[in-house]
Amino acid sequence: MSVLKVENLSYTYNVGMPGETKALNNINIDIEEGTFVGVIGHTGCGKSTLIGHFNGLTKPQQGRILLDGKDIWTEWEDIRQVRFNVGLVFQYPEYQLFEETCYQDIAFGPKNMGLSEEEVDKRVKMAAKFCGITDEMLKGSPFDLSGGQKRRIAIAGIIAMMPKVLVLDEPCAGLDPEGRELILSQVKNYQLTTGATIILVSHSMEDIANYADKVLVMEHGTIYKYAKTEEVFKDAENLSRMGLGIPDVTRVFLKLKEKGVNIATDVYTIPYAVKTLLKYKQEKEAAKNA
Amino acid sequence: MLKDITIGQHFPGNSPVHKLDARFKILITIGYVVVLFMSTNFVGLALSAVFLLTVYKISKIPLKMLKKSLKPMMPLIFFTVVLNLFFIKGPGAPLISIWKIKIYLEGVLFCVVMVARIILLICGTSLLTYTTSPLALTDGLESLLKPLNKINFPVHEMSMMMTIALRFIPTLIEETDKIMSAQKSRGAMLDSGKFKDRIKALVPILIPLFISSFRRATELATAMECRCYHGGEGRTRLKQLVITKSDIISTVLCIICFAIIISTRSFFTRVI
Amino acid sequence: MENILKAENVWFRYTEESDWILKGINLDVKKGEFLAILGSNGCGKSTLAKHFNAILVPGKGDVTVRNINTKEEEKLLDIRQKVGMVFQNPDNQIVATIVEDDVAFALENIGVSPKEMRERIDDAMKKTGIYEFRNKAPHNLSGGQKQRVAIAGIIAMRPECIVLDEPTAMLDPMGREAVINTIKSLNKEYGITVVLITHYMDEAAQADRIVVMNEGRVEKIGTPKEIFSQVEWIKSLALDVPQTSDLAWQINQHGYNLSTSAISIDECANQLYKFLEE
Repeated sequence: MSVLKVENLSYTYNVGMPGETKALNNINIDIEEGTFVGVIGHTGCGKSTLIGHFNGLTKPQQGRILLDGKDIWTEWEDIRQVRFNVGLVFQYPEYQLFEETCYQDIAFGPKNMGLSEEEVDKRVKMAAKFCGITDEMLKGSPFDLSGGQKRRIAIAGIIAMMPKVLVLDEPCAGLDPEGRELILSQVKNYQLTTGATIILVSHSMEDIANYADKVLVMEHGTIYKYAKTEEVFKDAENLSRMGLGIPDVTRVFLKLKEKGVNIATDVYTIPYAVKTLLKYKQEKEAAKNA
Repeated sequence: MLKDITIGQHFPGNSPVHKLDARFKILITIGYVVVLFMSTNFVGLALSAVFLLTVYKISKIPLKMLKKSLKPMMPLIFFTVVLNLFFIKGPGAPLISIWKIKIYLEGVLFCVVMVARIILLICGTSLLTYTTSPLALTDGLESLLKPLNKINFPVHEMSMMMTIALRFIPTLIEETDKIMSAQKSRGAMLDSGKFKDRIKALVPILIPLFISSFRRATELATAMECRCYHGGEGRTRLKQLVITKSDIISTVLCIICFAIIISTRSFFTRVI
Repeated sequence: MENILKAENVWFRYTEESDWILKGINLDVKKGEFLAILGSNGCGKSTLAKHFNAILVPGKGDVTVRNINTKEEEKLLDIRQKVGMVFQNPDNQIVATIVEDDVAFALENIGVSPKEMRERIDDAMKKTGIYEFRNKAPHNLSGGQKQRVAIAGIIAMRPECIVLDEPTAMLDPMGREAVINTIKSLNKEYGITVVLITHYMDEAAQADRIVVMNEGRVEKIGTPKEIFSQVEWIKSLALDVPQTSDLAWQINQHGYNLSTSAISIDECANQLYKFLEE
């Protein structure tokens, strides 16, 4: 079932001014409920403008956004209801923290939803659990924490609203490999446990390859491709022409193919690469022995 | 949104007014303000207006900009009118007398003069910011205030502060925009509700903004130290302000105009 | 080879009560080399970096820049001209409202004459590829361009060594590439010693030597091949290894014996070709 649908969406910045730029040009997508969608594209390809439309921060100039089949600007009573259903985590979300304790900060969203105190408490604890936040951290000030921990508090603040669609814009920027892994696996866990839809914008092909079910590739305000992850990485040559850096393992496989090895090139994660290589090796040996 | 606000109101151009050395422009503007307050007759004020209009013409700044810069000052102008109109008493009989309100001829004249002065004052000083980049303005001020160094006035520090402020205004505006979007995404209501609620709604915006500004300040201070910043002592400048012939000619012309305007004092009767 | 920077048994903590952040660091940086310091967040690598140009001074031990001890306060400006420093957030290091004025900032501070200043900033802006933006306002540039403005502002001082503290952490892939290429060309073509602090293993892999730090200590110093071939150990420090090394290592878990020091795509593909076809 489709949860988020974009119809003929176009958006232009600075209309009629010298700096006029077309950020989105007739976008159409249909996002299935429960999918983990990776969004890739260069800075300035329109992905930030697009995700700003998803939760009604930006009003479409042309076209519509449908959430659960309803136009978010006409058929929802309040645009805030849309924002509670489509949670948006910005880049460097730790810069939005402001409360005295982490608990209060995570509770900000649920409180704005007008939930009862018990329900808010339940939500905060649930979100804290998803993001690996200890009780001790909840009681303390967010400003005493490390960068990676602060970021997890901020993400918990969105998860506590229990959005059906969770949109994350570069949630791992500036984190070390361990911090990156932690956040992405927590997001994945949220998807698997609650059946929520995840939309992850990232520059890291490795992260997209490891987590996404489907990938949306954007170029110059249009959609270049929206397909299953393996489908997209099969097109590695075009992706690298677009300067979108493909995972190193994929590059190695492309090189092997170039050398005349008859092997699949839609390999984009290491475990799958190992499996493919070992299978090839075993078949080869079996053929030799036969 | 916030990004659309133009800061400093500078309109880049290539006119002689734009090219005039910032220091002279500041001095001429100050001179003009003095002239305005010394003009006590209508002829002087009319000449001041003609002078300003001519300079606007030369600078090619569209006159509709004037409307924009005057608009926020309207309450002040209105206040001046009311105050002078009703409270100034003349020796003769009042022109109009309704209940306790009496309006005298002197009051009306005073009003006209004051309003003309305020309008010319705003338009004149606006022209300075329209035609001078904030950077040139800062440099000009620093150079003009240099003598004050002798009495331990921190001239260099002042101008450094102004430069940094100008540099960070766009950055902080962008940041405010981002924080507002982030809090709106968490259901914060920023543009509706009662006045009290709106003030309360500012807390989630202002706290992150302050924290981030302090963080930026610390980082900037370290970066400046790394680049050998140690105050104004022994500093040289990349861009030297050079006085050209046309700077001197323009200034002399302005002084002559000002002298003519002021001299009207001795030929025409004072209004106030 | 001569040393530019030397850290001898450096201990550091911010206050008397707090824990030591650096616990006895010993490190030499040689003239003209490209040294990467790799470590996870909080391992003390940024704190160490700030010791190299006397922003911080050691609590115990010594840091010397060309035999000048960073504790000698009267030599501070000398030290900072010899060792320049670039930080993570490009926005927070740019002072002026016009690019070329910012590049000139350090030279204005040390009192260079306007004529020489013009030559030096033009040269610095050309070396970092931002000459065409010299009259722009910094806030109209992309992250990668801003970071190169910051680098140009340091290069204009003509330092012997430049220390960069996670300069690409906030940039997109294109910005990262432009900054790394700039850093490499400064090192290779102009002989400037580079100390690059990063947690991106692909950036560290391009260095001559890598220093791996963990919990305030130097764990190991070696060439990228020496470091990254020890896949298990690197992973235990919460760091990444190149996918190429990782691939070889994971195949080895199935009873094979591939070399994990084949880091480049070509090396790895060659090795796998042999593995598959022989």
